[in-house]
Amino acid sequence: MSKIHGIIAEFGNPGSLLRAAEKVRDSGFTRWDTYSPFPIHGMDQAMGMKRSKLGFVIGIFAFIGAAVGFGMQSWAHAIAYPQIIAGKPVFAWQAYIVITFAMLVLFGAIGSVFGMLAFNRLPRLNHPVFFSDYFEKTTDDGFFIGIDSQDPKFDPEKTKTLLESLGSGHTELLEGPDE
Amino acid sequence: MAEALPLKNEKMHVATEADLITGNQTFHTITENISSITEGKTPKLWFLLWGMAVSLLLVLFGSVGFLVWNGTGVWGLNNPVGWGWAIVNFVWWVGIGHAGTLISAILFLLRQRWRTSINRFAEAMTLFAVICALLFPGIHIGRMWVIYYFFPVPNQMGVWPNFRSPLLWDFFAVGTYFTVSLLFWYTGLIPDLATLRDRAKTRLRKLTFGALALGWRGGNRQWQHYEIAYLVLAGLSTPLVLSVHSVVSSDFATSIVPGWHTTIFPPYFVAGAIYSGFAMVLTLGLIARKVYHLEHIITLNHLDKMAKIMLVTGSMVGYSYAMEFFIAWYSGNQYEAFAFINRAFGPYAWAYWIMIFCNVIVPQFFWFKKIRRSVGLLFFASILVNIGMWFERFVITVTSLSRDYLPSAWDYYSPTIWDIATFVGSFGLFFTLFLLFLRFLPMIAMAEVKGVLPQADPHYTAGGTHE
Repeated sequence: MSKIHGIIAEFGNPGSLLRAAEKVRDSGFTRWDTYSPFPIHGMDQAMGMKRSKLGFVIGIFAFIGAAVGFGMQSWAHAIAYPQIIAGKPVFAWQAYIVITFAMLVLFGAIGSVFGMLAFNRLPRLNHPVFFSDYFEKTTDDGFFIGIDSQDPKFDPEKTKTLLESLGSGHTELLEGPDE
Repeated sequence: MAEALPLKNEKMHVATEADLITGNQTFHTITENISSITEGKTPKLWFLLWGMAVSLLLVLFGSVGFLVWNGTGVWGLNNPVGWGWAIVNFVWWVGIGHAGTLISAILFLLRQRWRTSINRFAEAMTLFAVICALLFPGIHIGRMWVIYYFFPVPNQMGVWPNFRSPLLWDFFAVGTYFTVSLLFWYTGLIPDLATLRDRAKTRLRKLTFGALALGWRGGNRQWQHYEIAYLVLAGLSTPLVLSVHSVVSSDFATSIVPGWHTTIFPPYFVAGAIYSGFAMVLTLGLIARKVYHLEHIITLNHLDKMAKIMLVTGSMVGYSYAMEFFIAWYSGNQYEAFAFINRAFGPYAWAYWIMIFCNVIVPQFFWFKKIRRSVGLLFFASILVNIGMWFERFVITVTSLSRDYLPSAWDYYSPTIWDIATFVGSFGLFFTLFLLFLRFLPMIAMAEVKGVLPQADPHYTAGGTHE
């Protein structure tokens, strides 16, 4: 049983993709995206997207890392096995800063990468855009707008006409097996 | 730059940006040039080089195996000099590993867009150099089956590592540095892995790159989070890269050995690390550029800029050498003063003057534009700098230890064949990994290079003018 999952439309260059995205945004679509081989400056505004919240998540990760790092050292030396080495006090907080910092960076970096993947719902190897073989161009030199059929304003014929009126080249309905 | 020009000359702006990558590249030619390197038949030269690298790797396995079997007595260590080539090699490799993250993080924050042509293979170089570096502290402890003592793992004795010791800071700093560099490198690779996935012809390549690319689609909703992640990684890596060699220098500076116990060590080590790292980036980059015909992506401008960074950091290193001498005299401490006179005129004077020649005199030639833009001379100079920076670590480590306080405790140190075999073997490890990287992964960050082409600007129109 085949089903229409959405539509993709190709645009010639970053500029025309940006202008088309502004029109799609103004037409009130919500479940859509623009695809390009590299991030395009100004596309977030053109698509009417809010700021990414990833920074806050990374901040929390980094704070946890620092706390774990400092706590681990203080606990090991001051509580678990107090022992004076090289005349340093058991709670030598100055000496703990280096590893605290390293743990902050480590957790922050892990938070950035895995947070980014989580926000992007990756890894996800199946996506309606992959039903189109032509879409492979997007990681080379293709610039696409893709609209999901789940979007309340989506209508196969009308949406196709709209995208073509914005000057799209190759326009293709994404047909694939029903899930 | 564009603001300073009169409005009529807006073409000038486009022209300077185009300079970054030469030869009228389109997005597709970039993809084609870089991806085809990983897709075509393996060149015979690659097999030859890889065979040589693997042979050296076997030398490494043999010499490490012999070390484990017999203990560290097979090395040339003696009573005052307990830190020999192992620590010299460790510091040297870690230092080389600094350029990759400097290029990917600091130059990114400073918006140096030329970095996109060299960041990928510099980051790979960083990873492999840090692997080589981590090898040496791993094997120099002698009983490497108890290396888990380094890790804060609960054990049957109830003791914990001494977190107040710089040696443990080093373990955490270098371990973090490796992990963060790996994450940074992989994050940068994701869009390019997706490119390779979409170009894949064989089932094996489709499956491999399909899995590695994690389903990347290049949607702007993905790019948004991706760019934040990349920016934060750069922000986190910037203090990290400066801290790693500072911590390495604390291994020396917190001791009371004359010649080590100085506060100039952290900035001095960091400058030296960046200096040697850029030398290695040049050495490898010049070869890769020639073999794979990437002259239009790694242009003379890129080489010129790298030579300038080496001029700056090399001069900082030279200044540090001079300042060490000044402080040794100005401190009025006779042991400190002796340590430095002994470096320059003692039994290791030969090593000291090799170091001075390679690290102080050689970079000064980079004041001349002709030399900065001459591929042959740059290659030669980069090799000299690599040698000089190895000798810097040798001079610091060995001269200070071999003659510290009481003359009765002095001794001359020389390496054995096993020291040399282990060091030579570490090149085998490095080049085996690096050649595999060149063969199977895109050595230039395609998505980033496309992003700095003039036509990537949404306000660019085909005529080459701004709207």
